[in-house]
Amino acid sequence: MASEPGGFTEYIQHHLTFLKPHASPDGFWAVHLDSISVSLALGVIFCLWFWLKARKATAGVPSKGQAFVELVLEFVDGQVKDVFHGDRRVLGPLALTVFVWVFLMNFMDLLPVDLIPWIASRFGLGHFRAVPTADLNMTFAMSITVLALMIFYSFKAKGFGGYMHELFTAPFGKNPLLWIPNFALNIVELLSKPVSLAMRLFGNMYAGELVFILIAGLFSAGGVALYGLGLIGYTVWGIFHILIISIQAFIFMVLTVVYIAMAHEHH
Amino acid sequence: MDLIAHLAQVESLTAIGIGLIIGLGALGACIGIGIMGSKFLEAAARQPELMPLLQGRMFLLAGLIDAAFLIGVALAMYFAVGNPLATAITNAAQAAAGH
Repeated sequence: MASEPGGFTEYIQHHLTFLKPHASPDGFWAVHLDSISVSLALGVIFCLWFWLKARKATAGVPSKGQAFVELVLEFVDGQVKDVFHGDRRVLGPLALTVFVWVFLMNFMDLLPVDLIPWIASRFGLGHFRAVPTADLNMTFAMSITVLALMIFYSFKAKGFGGYMHELFTAPFGKNPLLWIPNFALNIVELLSKPVSLAMRLFGNMYAGELVFILIAGLFSAGGVALYGLGLIGYTVWGIFHILIISIQAFIFMVLTVVYIAMAHEHH
Repeated sequence: MDLIAHLAQVESLTAIGIGLIIGLGALGACIGIGIMGSKFLEAAARQPELMPLLQGRMFLLAGLIDAAFLIGVALAMYFAVGNPLATAITNAAQAAAGH
């Protein structure tokens, strides 16, 4: 597909353009239909899949599907148990959702880069980016939700007065002169968490996607040797990327749990 | 001609910058992963019963160490594909041509 007019740069640019409705403005308020639709579809798939397995669960010999779902559930629950010592009825399902959903969205990176844009082009869609987590809007949407939950649980665990007391008196002390520096530091600390959370996931997925696109450029570079090199490179990077997408989903889940557990703690 | 010279300068400096971002980032990440891996093996040799616990922590930290490097790679790739620094020059050239 890189043999289209415009060559390789055009090919990369094409793969980095989001699908936007014509009425949507550019820049900050742009609506990325591809990220929204793929992430929603994957979320529905995740919910239906786990719900079906949970509904058919037996105490007897479990089917392979049930065993897999139990494996994921116990793994996530164990991680939450290590970090958070309290009622896990909200945090456990949240962590499971974050883990599996982010993993599924990252998994779209392992599909051939041209496959989904090609299918979309059959339906007349010019651009389609299949990896929602390679979209800064998506990762920031998730991390800002985590920020909101952190603030909510801070209020819930410490009360309004307790949280305000912590914001203004930690880390330096109770002296009224130190209230402003304390508050400024706490705000920086609070805001740096969602930014690092979102940028980490985005950076990994964006770089991964770009490397896939660059390797895919070898396929149409001409020559059997380059084609073979592309095949080998695509396979090697793909296998390495399985590790990266799992670790990034795991880190996003663990940090979500750690941040919310920290919101529960009193200073 | 002047425009091409300016563009070439921006592009060449950007290329050096991309090399620095990826090279230094890879250096740091590799040293970090190396230190962490060696410490993990030491700890596992000393207390093999802690291995499952340490393995989870190690992968978590590997992802954290890798992340800064990969964010750098993503930024470098962004500069390599569509150079936003060169658009200022092309815009200025267009404005000059418009006069």
